[in-house]
Amino acid sequence: MIALLLRDLRLAVRAGGGFGLGLAFFLLVAVLVPLGVGPEGGTLAKIAPGILWVGALLACLLSLDRIFALDFEDGSLDLLATAPIPLEGAVAMKSAAHWLVTGLPLTLAAPVLGVLLHLPGEGYFWLVASLALGTPALSVIGTFGAALTVGLKRGGLLLSLLVLPLYVPTLIFGAEVVKRGAAGMAVEVPLLLLAGITLGAAAVLPFASALALRINLR
Amino acid sequence: MTAKDYRVSDLAVARGGLVVLEGVGFTLRPGHALVLRGPNGVGKTTLLRTLAGLQPPVAGDIGLPPEAIAYAAHADGLKATLSVAENLAFWAAIYGTDRVETALDRMNLRELRDRSAASLSAGQKRRLGLARLLVSGRPVWMLDEPTVSLDAASVALFADVVRGHLAEGGAALMATHIDLGLTEAGVLDLTPFKARGQAAGTASDFDEAFA
Repeated sequence: MIALLLRDLRLAVRAGGGFGLGLAFFLLVAVLVPLGVGPEGGTLAKIAPGILWVGALLACLLSLDRIFALDFEDGSLDLLATAPIPLEGAVAMKSAAHWLVTGLPLTLAAPVLGVLLHLPGEGYFWLVASLALGTPALSVIGTFGAALTVGLKRGGLLLSLLVLPLYVPTLIFGAEVVKRGAAGMAVEVPLLLLAGITLGAAAVLPFASALALRINLR
Repeated sequence: MTAKDYRVSDLAVARGGLVVLEGVGFTLRPGHALVLRGPNGVGKTTLLRTLAGLQPPVAGDIGLPPEAIAYAAHADGLKATLSVAENLAFWAAIYGTDRVETALDRMNLRELRDRSAASLSAGQKRRLGLARLLVSGRPVWMLDEPTVSLDAASVALFADVVRGHLAEGGAALMATHIDLGLTEAGVLDLTPFKARGQAAGTASDFDEAFA
């Protein structure tokens, strides 16, 4: 299964693999928002946690349809389904690869973009912490959406509609952590809820995704 | 490899909710090949996909464990940005074998080893796709039109590979219109098993599903 993870990472960083797509989008959002909202520090500092989280979430969404679509088109999804590794494990590895290619770079880039948005100094640690805890959930939930829509021609719209409502709790608690952290308030409750969502999604959704894939491959 | 017969009996398979074949039965012996024949659309691919475990049968017994099968579909499942050797090494890791070099030699891919799969011709891609079978180390090969886009020399090469596999006690079930020159291969014509197009499952199944 590690071989699958390594293959996906290798494919992502080679030409046309889509590595950096989410990151570039995140960067654009963080650069354009101050231009649109205006340079006033107070306003920007207030909306920074929300903007950064929305940007990260949409950046994740961008690359979801690639998780299974490419493997479906070239036939390797059929072959993986008949291979000796459990499909649930393969799905989990796909989620992990997606997170390493999108979620992790977003998490690492976020503090730099926080500067552009005048994020208060106390918020940086919680920004990284909340993204590190929350973006795995985005990848796992997104993998489930991709498994449901694999095989549909241009299923991107349906995928977004299916996945966005499931992303909302992560967004709310993630942005709340940063907001409270930046204001110097206690962050335990939203942080625990965020961690709970991630753990719950990681525990249940690979099985649901594998089931959805099996049905879609029929 | 076990010297056990694989027996499939009274199998019915469906495509798109419609039963296409019913009452299909055959025995696949280790060391033997069976060629599936029948006009386009009769259900050769559907039968192979069902046997490979990609879709459930409508009825019947499959005495052929999915763990024994290496399935080669129409598509080769190659990654264009990986090299020939990397593509095979991935499948070797998935199947837990170390037969990449053997497969490269047997399918005459040694010179292409470090070329990216994107730069291969259609026939070379097909050879690489079929090399995966050798890498898998599984006893039963299910081949869906394996010779598409292969030239005469490559067809002969592949026939040799299949013969070698059979000689090692493996078995092969293939849907093909081209004679591979396997003298010992049995032929199963699927035309007599063609179903008269009723829907898979009855109305009560649907009631249960949506109750």
